[in-house]
Amino acid sequence: MPAIDPYLTLTEAAQGLRDGAFTAAELARAQLDRIAAVDGRVRAYVTVTRDEALAAAARADEALARGDAGPLTGIPIAIKDLIVTRGVRTTCSSRMLENFVPVEDATVMTRLREAGAVMLGKTNMDEFAMGSSTEHSAFFPTANPWDLARVPGGSSGGSAAAVAAGEGIVSLGSDTGGSIRQPGAFCGCVGMKPTYGRVSRYGLIAFASSLDQIGPFARNVRDAATLLQAVAGRDPRDSTSADVPVPDFSAGWDRGVEGLRIAVPRELFAGADADVLEATQAAIDQLERLGATIDREQSLPSVAHALAAYYVLAPSEASANLARYDGVTYGYSYTEGASMWENMEQTRGRGFGDEVKRRIMLGAYALSAGYYDAYYKQAQRVRTLIRREFARVFDRCDLIVTPTAPTVAFKQGAVTDPYQMYLNDVFTIPVNIAGLPAISVPCGLGEGGMPVGLHLIADHWDEATLFRAAHAYEQSAGWHTRHPSL
Amino acid sequence: MPTNDADPPAELTIEEVRHLATLARLGMTDAELEKFRGELASIIGHCDVLQRVDTAGVEPTNNGADLLNVVAADEPRPSWPPRQVLANAPSRSDDLFRVRAVLE
Repeated sequence: MPAIDPYLTLTEAAQGLRDGAFTAAELARAQLDRIAAVDGRVRAYVTVTRDEALAAAARADEALARGDAGPLTGIPIAIKDLIVTRGVRTTCSSRMLENFVPVEDATVMTRLREAGAVMLGKTNMDEFAMGSSTEHSAFFPTANPWDLARVPGGSSGGSAAAVAAGEGIVSLGSDTGGSIRQPGAFCGCVGMKPTYGRVSRYGLIAFASSLDQIGPFARNVRDAATLLQAVAGRDPRDSTSADVPVPDFSAGWDRGVEGLRIAVPRELFAGADADVLEATQAAIDQLERLGATIDREQSLPSVAHALAAYYVLAPSEASANLARYDGVTYGYSYTEGASMWENMEQTRGRGFGDEVKRRIMLGAYALSAGYYDAYYKQAQRVRTLIRREFARVFDRCDLIVTPTAPTVAFKQGAVTDPYQMYLNDVFTIPVNIAGLPAISVPCGLGEGGMPVGLHLIADHWDEATLFRAAHAYEQSAGWHTRHPSL
Repeated sequence: MPTNDADPPAELTIEEVRHLATLARLGMTDAELEKFRGELASIIGHCDVLQRVDTAGVEPTNNGADLLNVVAADEPRPSWPPRQVLANAPSRSDDLFRVRAVLE
C-alpha cells in the first residue's frame, strides 16, 4: 500500500475510508507512525494513546464495513489535555493533575466516540490553559512546526501544532481569551471558537467558566465545520449550554461573501506589526473583490479596555474554580506537613506553576473586600459596554474582520514579562468577553516565513455565516494548503 | 508587538501579597512573595484603566450566556458508586477520603 499522506484533510480521509483506499486501522497506524517520526521535535503530545486508537480504528472499520459510517468515522483526532477522557490521564499540563485518570468522558468525547472518531492522544498546553505560548506547560514546551525555535502559541499550542505537523487530521482545543485562534494563526491552521454555550463544557476542566468554550482546529474551514457539527448542541449536564437549534453549518456556502457587510474597526488593528497588517489588508482587499462590502466606519471604542477587564474577570473566576485542588479528593497531595492547612498550602504551592499562582492571586485580589467593586464589578460593567458595542456593529454588519494576533509566532523564551505575554490576545479577548463566535484562517506569511491569521467575528449563533465567509476567503486565497517541512 | 500606555505600578506591600497567598492557600517562600509582589503590582497597574471608564447606570454582565436561574428537572438518578468517587483519592480509608484532622 502507498504511504498515506499525513496532511490529508478530514474530507479527503473520510472519502478514502469510504472508497476503501485505506482502512481506519491503516490510517490510524500512519498517523501514529507520523507522531513517532516527528513528535520528538514538535512535542505536541503529553500522552499518545496508541492502543486505544487502534481499538477505536478497528471499531470504525466494522462500522464502515456495515455501511454505518458518519463524517468522523475513523478520523484520527488529537484532544487538548484539559478535556477529560475516561481511563486516559488528563493532566492540564500541570503537576497538580499529572496522575489524574478521569472516571468518565467529557460530553464532547462521548459525542466523538459515538461518531466513530479515533483519538490519537492528549495534547500539551499552557498549564490550566493560562498562557499564550505553551511555554507554561509544567512538562515541556511545544515547538512551532514551521520553526522549531518558535512557540506554537497557546494555550492550545499542542492541538494546533499537531494539526500543523500532520500528527492528527483535526483536533479540539479550548478558547478562553484566544487559546484556539492565536495558536491557529501561529501554526498556519484553522482555529475556531464557537458562540459561548454552543458546545457543552461538561468535562472541560474549568479555567474561567463564563468565557471558556471548546472548539476545533483543522486544515480547512470545511473540516472545522464538520468537527463542530459533531460536538455542538445542548447538553443537560452543562446548564450554560444553550437550548438553541444547531443549524447545518455548511448551508449556503455556495453564495460566498456576496452581499455580506464586513466591518473593519480600527481599534482592533492597533499595535499590530507591519507584516501582520499587510497580510490582513491583502485579505480584506480579497474579501472585497469576492463581493463583500467593507465598512470602515464602525467603531468599538470600549475594546481598548477589554484586556484589563479580562485580567480581572478571568483570574477571579480561576481563583474560585481552582480552589477545588486541595490535595484531598484527587490530584497531587502533599502529606509531610505539620497540619491540614500546611498540607493544603504546600499541595497548592508545589502543584501549581507560577502563571497559575499569579492568576489565582490576582483573582483573590480583585475579589477581596475593598477591591471587589473597583475591580470585579467594574470589569463586569465594562463587559456590558463591550457587548453593547458589538451588538451595535452587528445591527449593521454581518461580520467583523481583524488580525488574529498582533505578531507572528515569536521565539521561545522571547517574552518574559507576564503582561507583555497577555498582549498577544488583545484582538481575541473582546470576542470571549462578548461571547461571540470567531475563526482564524491562514492569510499569508510574515516575518521569518511564519503564518499570519485572519480573524473573522460573527454575531451570536451565526457560525454558519462565519464559516461561509472564511471558506470563501480560504478557497480563493489558498494559504491553507501550505504546510511546514519537518 | 503592541505596547501599552502603562499606568504606574500599583502599590502592593509584601504583607498584602502574603495575605493574598493565605487567602488562596498557596504556600510560598519569601523570595516567591517578593517576585509576585512586583509582577502583580504591574498587572494591577495595567488593570487600573478600568477605574477611568464611565459606567454610571451600566448593569454588570455576570455570565457568558444571558441565562438566569436554569433549573434541572427534579428527577432522582443514580450517583457514582464510592469506588468511582474515590478512584483518584490520594488517601482513603475504606469508602472515605482520609485527611488530617482540621482541629488538632
